[in-house]
Amino acid sequence: MNFPQIKQALLKTLNNFKQSLPILMGVLLLIALINTLIPKNIYAKIFTGNAFIDPFIGALMGSVFTGNPITSYIIGGELLKQGISLFAIVAFILSWVTVGVVQLPMEIQTLGKKFAITRNIISFITAIIISVLAVFTLRLIQ
Amino acid sequence: MRLSGNIIFLSIVIIIYLALGIADFNLMKLSIFNFGKLFLKILPILCVVFVLIFLSNLFLKPKKIAKHFGKGSGILSWIITIVGGIISMGSAYIWYIFLKDLKQKEMKTSLIVAFLYSRAVKIPLLPMMIYYFGYPLTIILTVYMIIFSIINGLVVEKIIESP
Repeated sequence: MNFPQIKQALLKTLNNFKQSLPILMGVLLLIALINTLIPKNIYAKIFTGNAFIDPFIGALMGSVFTGNPITSYIIGGELLKQGISLFAIVAFILSWVTVGVVQLPMEIQTLGKKFAITRNIISFITAIIISVLAVFTLRLIQ
Repeated sequence: MRLSGNIIFLSIVIIIYLALGIADFNLMKLSIFNFGKLFLKILPILCVVFVLIFLSNLFLKPKKIAKHFGKGSGILSWIITIVGGIISMGSAYIWYIFLKDLKQKEMKTSLIVAFLYSRAVKIPLLPMMIYYFGYPLTIILTVYMIIFSIINGLVVEKIIESP
């Protein structure tokens, strides 16, 4: 390993962060705004703790959004603090990284329509299944 | 100059803040204070994530990773593919192009799906995940994601290859 390689890796990392920073800052500002303006009991009305409806809503939200997974962890973590069920949060962060509605045209173009659509549908269903399994496993060991 | 979507998004949020400031200055001040608190809380974790991403960029190169997976169909090829997915960095777009090339070289559909799914496990971001969700859930989720990358691979392959 030499200095140019270290410099190149550092520049690449800085560039990654530079690209993600506006979204990260925007999301943090929005979270702060929502935390200030929206009463916590609103979430409880949408997310009731139902093991099937909550992950479905969470997976839907995660499928539409895209970007660095850091953002999904921050949103998920802050929503969790607002009392939203873990079912929804897990499905949300999973579908954020495994389902890509925004990237779908690119995936169709490179890997084929049948492949891309099937993979995304199965990943969506999997996000719900894993969220239920993960929460029940967590309850079992705690 | 063309503005990127990221900058436009941040600008919209800032405009919302300015509008709020005009409507209720104290509420805007409180929101900015909450933002500062939130940012300071995650800053140390972001620093750890930065170092881990830097190390990944330094030691892991896409071409080197891609060279090793997609060979054969035994347990070893599954392991190589999933590990490849876990350690792969960067945008999904780059990997679609690599995978298209490997697909043309007859890489199995199940392995392509497993690779894309196992990308959900992000080692440099684990500190952030642990910070928000704790060790137990992070470990449970990681294990399930790895298991389901195989299941998904097999299911998608079966669906696609069915007449």
